[in-house]
Amino acid sequence: MSVNRDQRVDLEVVANLIPPQSRVLDVGSGDGSLLELLQDTKQVDGRGLELSQRGVNECVARGLSVIQGDADKDLEFYPDKGFDFVVLSQTLQATRNPKLVLDELLRIGNRAIVSFPNFGHWRVRLSLFIQGRMPVTKDLPYSWYDTPNIHFCTIRDFVNLCDELGATVEKATALDANGQKIGLSMPWWFWNFFGQQAVFLLKR
Amino acid sequence: MDAMAALRARKTNNEADQPSSPVLRFGPDKPLKLDAGTLLSPFQIAYQTYGTLNDARSNAILVCHALTGDQHVASTNPVTGKPGWWEVLIGPGKIIDTSRFFVICSNVIGGCLGSTGPASTNPITGKPYGLDLPIITIRDMVRAQQMLIDHFGIEKLFCVLGGSMGGMQVLEWASSYPERVFSALPIATGARHSSQNIAFHEVGRQAVMADPDWHGGKYFEHGKRPEKGLAVARMAAHITYLSEAALHRKFGRNLQDREALTFGFDADFQIESYLRHQGMTFVDRFDANSYLYMTRSMDYFDLAADHGGRLADAFAGTKTRFCLVSFTSDWLFPTEESRSIVHALNAAGASVSFVEIETDRGHDAFLLDEPELFAAINGFIGSAARARGLSA
Repeated sequence: MSVNRDQRVDLEVVANLIPPQSRVLDVGSGDGSLLELLQDTKQVDGRGLELSQRGVNECVARGLSVIQGDADKDLEFYPDKGFDFVVLSQTLQATRNPKLVLDELLRIGNRAIVSFPNFGHWRVRLSLFIQGRMPVTKDLPYSWYDTPNIHFCTIRDFVNLCDELGATVEKATALDANGQKIGLSMPWWFWNFFGQQAVFLLKR
Repeated sequence: MDAMAALRARKTNNEADQPSSPVLRFGPDKPLKLDAGTLLSPFQIAYQTYGTLNDARSNAILVCHALTGDQHVASTNPVTGKPGWWEVLIGPGKIIDTSRFFVICSNVIGGCLGSTGPASTNPITGKPYGLDLPIITIRDMVRAQQMLIDHFGIEKLFCVLGGSMGGMQVLEWASSYPERVFSALPIATGARHSSQNIAFHEVGRQAVMADPDWHGGKYFEHGKRPEKGLAVARMAAHITYLSEAALHRKFGRNLQDREALTFGFDADFQIESYLRHQGMTFVDRFDANSYLYMTRSMDYFDLAADHGGRLADAFAGTKTRFCLVSFTSDWLFPTEESRSIVHALNAAGASVSFVEIETDRGHDAFLLDEPELFAAINGFIGSAARARGLSA
């Protein structure tokens, strides 16, 4: 749905947040990598919602329980707290209304796990500051005119949005350019500068 | 009618009472409760099975047939001599592998190939029921199927699948007997018949009834059959099973065995000739009154209405695994119909997959060799079988 899945270092971080046998909804499940990982290693009861019909058909052919749908439109049909975890990985920035989507995730799941590319990363800042151009990086390989990513945010922006929605951050992880976790003792500004991706575990 | 067609027509009629497939007969002690408020008794169900029921009786798949289908899903049809209607999908080594699963398919109540229907003999009069048979609903068909499943001693079906009217039965099964359905695969169907669909059915019925040979439904007693009316009904219906793109691709404005327009009302165009052929071959294998009953059963289907207007309530608390399939060019049961079922299932917290398949072959795509359809069915059945503990 959004970014290149070959470089999805966040998947394992997400998977580690989910205990075995949980009920999981993966919003923007793409080719089903996360669902398959969770099913194989955690025996979760997993469901997926994916925008691209091709992605959905591939998932179903692989035996995954996935439907075609749009995070912006189709979350309203899910009941309150119907899942232990609702995952939105690398998709928030591609939604039309990220605030509403996040609100829905917190309604549907006992917990929400959100991963996103950090637009506050130093490479992004450098690209804008020095070159004066929209950044095209390994993680964000699109040009400004063809990107599906229409609502970028920084880690700080996201934390603010969580506050606004009354969500508690239970856990947060930032990954640097090599996919390594940034030390927990580091302050937010450090995460916001060196974190290329962030993974948040939220509850409301 | 040529001699061969006459022979086939007689064969259809014989199949109604004495089908060449196995029959389960229910006496006065086991009547079928009908939604119409009456009891049907005695009655019978004609069916076919393929493969072997395992010791745990956990490998049974029930296939529900569509409007003009029958129980001969994976073996030669005794009336037409043609292969079973879903032989591309079902058989030894196929996607639904009959060396692994026990496949059951029964003729629906109201049909004309051996299960009690309007062409069957009414035991009270000794003549065919005709319109004396009460209206049959999708739920009635499913209720009868359930009695057949009881007969096999199967508590829980591994899977119930079917397309179109068969899909309606699948939904009804999952809603009425959720604890007896491990997985459900409704294809190219809807939770209700739309106004447009009822309209097309009404055109078909009026065509049958306008045929003087219909005789108020008592045509057998007059030694006649309303063939012209039924053929027109089939022609109109057949158009709805295809798509404009597919029709144009196949026939365009091509002329039939001629160089130029004849300035008359012969079948100048290939599409006309094709439709006439479809109509003519249909009357050889199908009973006109049964066509009235079948179309009516679909018209009456409205699963949400049966549950206080909220479709999600039809599936409340379900543990059944669902997979829905629709086709982009199906205008009889457009994707939106499937999507609304998916939304209801989501609201009910059900496990559901949903695949929309890109094709220009219209509603009938579910009967054809569609690789993406087969891949979806294969993936869904495979994972359901693992969850059910069925070995490969």
